Amino acid sequence: MGAFTQWFNERAPGLGAVYKKHMTEYYAPKNFNVMYYFGSLAMLVLVNQIVTGIFLAMFYTPTAAGAFDSVQYIMRDVNWGWLVRYMHTTGASMFFIVIYLHMFRGLMYGSFKKPRELVWLIGMLIFLVLMAEAFMGYVLPWGNMSFWGAKVIITLFSAVPWFGHTLVTWIMGTFVPGDPTLNRFFALHVVALPLVLLLLVVLHLGALHEVGSNNPDGVEIKKHKNPKGIPLDGIAFHPYYTLKDLVGVGVFLIICAVIIFFAPSVGGFFLEHDNSIPANDLVTPATIKPVWYFSPFYAILRMIPSKGLGVLALAASIVALFLVPWLDRGGVKSIRYRGLGYKIALAIFAIVFFLLGCIGADLTPGWIVSIFGPNADITTIENLFGRILVILYFAFFVFLWVYTFFGFERTRPVPERVTTHA
Amino acid sequence: MADDSINKGRRRFLTASTAVIGGAGLIITAIPFVETWLPSARAQAAGSPITVDISKIEKGQMVRYGWRKQPIFVINRTPEQLQWLPKQDPRLRDPHSNEPQQPSYCKNGHRSIKPEWMVLIGICTHLGCVPDYKKKVGPEPFDPDWKGGFYCPCHHSRYDMAARVYDGVPAPLNMVVPPYHFVDDTHIQIGVDPKGAA
Repeated sequence: MGAFTQWFNERAPGLGAVYKKHMTEYYAPKNFNVMYYFGSLAMLVLVNQIVTGIFLAMFYTPTAAGAFDSVQYIMRDVNWGWLVRYMHTTGASMFFIVIYLHMFRGLMYGSFKKPRELVWLIGMLIFLVLMAEAFMGYVLPWGNMSFWGAKVIITLFSAVPWFGHTLVTWIMGTFVPGDPTLNRFFALHVVALPLVLLLLVVLHLGALHEVGSNNPDGVEIKKHKNPKGIPLDGIAFHPYYTLKDLVGVGVFLIICAVIIFFAPSVGGFFLEHDNSIPANDLVTPATIKPVWYFSPFYAILRMIPSKGLGVLALAASIVALFLVPWLDRGGVKSIRYRGLGYKIALAIFAIVFFLLGCIGADLTPGWIVSIFGPNADITTIENLFGRILVILYFAFFVFLWVYTFFGFERTRPVPERVTTHA
Repeated sequence: MADDSINKGRRRFLTASTAVIGGAGLIITAIPFVETWLPSARAQAAGSPITVDISKIEKGQMVRYGWRKQPIFVINRTPEQLQWLPKQDPRLRDPHSNEPQQPSYCKNGHRSIKPEWMVLIGICTHLGCVPDYKKKVGPEPFDPDWKGGFYCPCHHSRYDMAARVYDGVPAPLNMVVPPYHFVDDTHIQIGVDPKGAA
């Protein structure tokens, strides 16, 4: 063993150092709570998506004529094909659940603030690539929702001035989504975007490990070090947090297994019913709605009664998130010590995001009928409700800047070191 | 000639010119890759005109055809449906069809060559869904004062019986009327203008 290690290190110097830097000698704050599981869980889901995706690609046919049938073939004829595909589809939705919670954690504890702005920016890029990846993966089974979803989302680009329509044709490679669209989406989904995603994850972790992890108290543990230069409130990532994360992995996999084995479509949320019908370019499904993880953004698009402005608002709703590190000028990171205004604003923002999701998922007409009776003017009520939510969504970012820039925030004193509970 | 001092100006020039030439080469090399995404010759050849028989379409009935993989709606409009058209004008975004969403020979109150025969590409101008034909006049969940027309299930855009878009819906434009002409009284060719028309 010793001889081999020496032989190896002489030929590949630095690998051991990299392992030390990022695992055994990466000191993370000792007060991580349950919100700190989602980073490692996201990595777990990424691995799941890559492994199951490779096996799906072995049986899938990326042509308009063959795609739908090949997915049925995977589900019915390929040994364990159903399990591999359900792991992939469930993984896609779980990816977004985990990522949304991971982002919310960042907003709660100010993990986007100096010196971690780049960590947040790279993370937002990961989110953006993940959305593209999920969208293209959703098109591949070539069900009727795949087809119409692809058409609607690609047509969004026609709102670009001057060359919008050329851009749409360029993306599709034909005049309505067809073979060329499916082929290029397959190539991007299985080769190009996963490579970008992996690179971004490496950069995300590299940037994080350079500045060190934030924590629920939002204090910098690097301020207090022992004589060896190790933060007093830090513990080695391995073995301490690898073992802690294993507990999270266990719970998470139990939840995933319940979904995969007992309710893989989750009532039409993880897998939509209309996608069990082959793509038909002459018949639109009765209601076109995106998969649940896009529905808040889709609702913003739908609530704006102008195509150009709707697309602009959709883009702005994501760009605003990129800007959070510069909109929030407050000096205190963690929600534990921030002003009441921030706590209320963040709670409202989360609720608004959830309700916009309900509108995007087309749940609201049912609610409106049950509240206002069967003769209610659904469109008017839904538009009124939805537009208030859109305003509130953007109001969060405006509030964040005004509240912190003009010094309205009344913060509580931040402790010098992390507050440990037992 | 043997001068050990560094000529910084020359060094900058060489660095910049190498970068510029290399960059230009990269851009030129990228063009073929970008253009592979444009419709191929096969995709472009897939759209030729179609001729359809309209003799069996009853009054008030709509029939769908496919042209260039787009849904073509042909509707035999009733006199009642035609009579509602001018009355909808105040509720419409572009009642006089000023936007070029139809050939010039269809820029009229009924957006067609013959008033009763409506021919259109059944694609919502919002995001490209196929609207439903809702001919029944009366209160609908999406419009309490519905006079018949087209309703898009995707984002609730509404159009009247001449496929003109209502105000206050996401769709910005009237639906497109394709080029077409009457071959004879019972046949329409879609994809070709009438003789003499632009």
